[in-house]
Amino acid sequence: MIKIENLHASIEGTEILTGINLEVKAGEVHAIMGPNGSGKSTLANVLAGRDEYEVTEGSVDFLGEDLLDMEPEDRSRAGLFLAFQYPVEIPGVSNINFLKTAINEAREKRGEDPMPAKDFLKRVKEKSKLVELDGRLANRSVNEGFSGGEKKRNEIFQMAMLDPKLAVLDETDSGLDIDALRIVANGVNELKTKDNASIVITHYQRLLDYIVPDFVHVLYQGKIVKTGPKELALELEERGYDWIIKELEEVTA
Amino acid sequence: MQTEDELIEEITNSEYKYGFYTDMDADQAPKGLSEDIIRFISAKKNEPDWMLEYRLNAYRIWEKMEEPEWAHLGYAKPDFQDLHYYSAPKPKVQLDSLDEVDPELLETFKKLGISIEEQERLTGVAVDVVIDSVSVATSFKKKLGELGIIFCSFSEAVQDHPELVRKYLGTVVPTTDNFYATLNSAVFTDGSFCYIPKGKKCPMELSTYFRINEANTGQFERTLVIADEGSYVSYLEGCTAPMRDENQLHAAVVELVALDDAEIKYSTIQNWYPGSKEGKGGIYNFVTKRGLCMDRAKISWTQVETGSAVTWKYPGCILKGNNSIGEFYSVAVTSNHQQADTGSKMIHIGKNTKSTIISKGISAGQAQNSYRGLVKINKGATNARNFTQCDSLLMGNNCGAHTFPYIEVNNQSSKVEHEATTSKIGEDQIFYCKQRGMDETTAINLIVNGYCKEVLNQLPMEFAVEAQKLLEISLEGSVG
Repeated sequence: MIKIENLHASIEGTEILTGINLEVKAGEVHAIMGPNGSGKSTLANVLAGRDEYEVTEGSVDFLGEDLLDMEPEDRSRAGLFLAFQYPVEIPGVSNINFLKTAINEAREKRGEDPMPAKDFLKRVKEKSKLVELDGRLANRSVNEGFSGGEKKRNEIFQMAMLDPKLAVLDETDSGLDIDALRIVANGVNELKTKDNASIVITHYQRLLDYIVPDFVHVLYQGKIVKTGPKELALELEERGYDWIIKELEEVTA
Repeated sequence: MQTEDELIEEITNSEYKYGFYTDMDADQAPKGLSEDIIRFISAKKNEPDWMLEYRLNAYRIWEKMEEPEWAHLGYAKPDFQDLHYYSAPKPKVQLDSLDEVDPELLETFKKLGISIEEQERLTGVAVDVVIDSVSVATSFKKKLGELGIIFCSFSEAVQDHPELVRKYLGTVVPTTDNFYATLNSAVFTDGSFCYIPKGKKCPMELSTYFRINEANTGQFERTLVIADEGSYVSYLEGCTAPMRDENQLHAAVVELVALDDAEIKYSTIQNWYPGSKEGKGGIYNFVTKRGLCMDRAKISWTQVETGSAVTWKYPGCILKGNNSIGEFYSVAVTSNHQQADTGSKMIHIGKNTKSTIISKGISAGQAQNSYRGLVKINKGATNARNFTQCDSLLMGNNCGAHTFPYIEVNNQSSKVEHEATTSKIGEDQIFYCKQRGMDETTAINLIVNGYCKEVLNQLPMEFAVEAQKLLEISLEGSVG
């Protein structure tokens, strides 16, 4: 699905990612954890193609294509989805109109006709149920006046509507109460198939009680310093990150 | 990857799409302005004496007036002696059907994407065409006639309905009102006239397309809409103009009269040539638009303006009658070197009068966009209410947005609210849209349309579609 090799990226001259190697295959869920400032969100933004970040070294292969060479919109159309840590408000643009525009533009680029209104609405109904999103939210302006939990649920709703190959969830659990967390996680689990994959970026272990990862990676100072099975997350919850950092220092010393 | 600067450049470089010029023989007055020229215009139009006197009176007042300088605008003042004040397509016999219309004129409309036949057939819009000051085509007249509705060119109204014209002309915008309105009163050549009789609802949107077509011809349109007691009319005014190098002056006057319980909805799309991207040429648009509301009457102004090099206009309402309502919804887009000083005036005189002002400004390039609004509550206007919201959206770092609200309250029981915001179109918003698979242009389109939604929602359906198209063209260039 995606193969990241020796990825280096910086923002305003400061190097944040210092050589990431990661491969995610279809059907897999990878969790990326790490202390604040380790580069988790930077990785998500670099994969999505945000302007402010400069890739200085390395390569990313996404479904056989050079991801770093693609515009953000082309990455999206190729099947990459980013659930934003801070979803953006767009006043006056209804959620429905926003999604219809996004879906139909992608279809147009593929040379397909716009999705018939009936099919579109059916999909909206079906997918909004998945994240228990109030039908009225679909008609409200994108994220405007949404609570923190509603915004995150809306991200998963959009993900369900766009049906991506690879979803990157950037701290989707932050600011969620336990009910919202369960709903978001359920949505992600329901959408999981053997043909898609997700990278779940999180600061806390608790999301991983609901979304069970195949691999857990620890990001520290812009590198993946440890990879393990799902149990690693529990260990991190109990012991924090210090022991890994210590281990690391011993190795380099 | 496109940087913000490149994007702004792309947006501000969009060429004026409607830059073509219809080649028709003009019947022109010599350059300059004098009593003789006014007599020439009046004679040309075969006007009665009272009309000529009205013009001459205005001219004598205008001669003593000075061009105002208070607006937040910088431009070379027009040389009023270097303009033609009358220009008309070669006189033709009155037309009964479209077959008799100059094919070249019809071609012009096709270029604008407005075929009269289609409009007639599909939308039931009656179009009174004004090309260079003289109406050359009128449709649906007979159908309207059955209801007693009069919709014709101003010249025709002077000939056929002098009693109505005499009774209402200058009652809302008096001859002495302001420099440009007074000039208009002296030299206006044509425009539209509309009268809706008591209790009648006009069954279709009345629509006029204006074009400024001759180089150096000042356009002085005069529009008068009278809605008699309990009647209703929705009036659409849409404009595009061909590309010209010289600055073209446009000083129109629109007067609306809504008698007791009447309602007038007046919608404008304005897309005159804004000048080149270096700031050369373009239309000077100095317009006076005002409505008078009697008891329980309502006047609603909606405008989407993307054109003109310099815009100076403040459509307003005089809420004279008790319980009357005035509304103003506006989107003003300025890019490149365009300048706009625009807003609304709401004068509350009657009791329980209500007014709403929603103004959305968008600036890009080096443009300067000012909102200037007056809300005046007179002493007798017990329980008057006003709500004003004026928002500014900036694109790039070289444009400006300014707000000049004037509020005069002379009655303690009134309530006046003013809200203002200024925001920049966010990189975050654009990136969010892109991440969902949209092109940059689609993203900007969506964001701008969302920002303008409250205003666009006020436009009649077919006009709203046109307005959206216009916003696309003005802000995104000829992409795709």
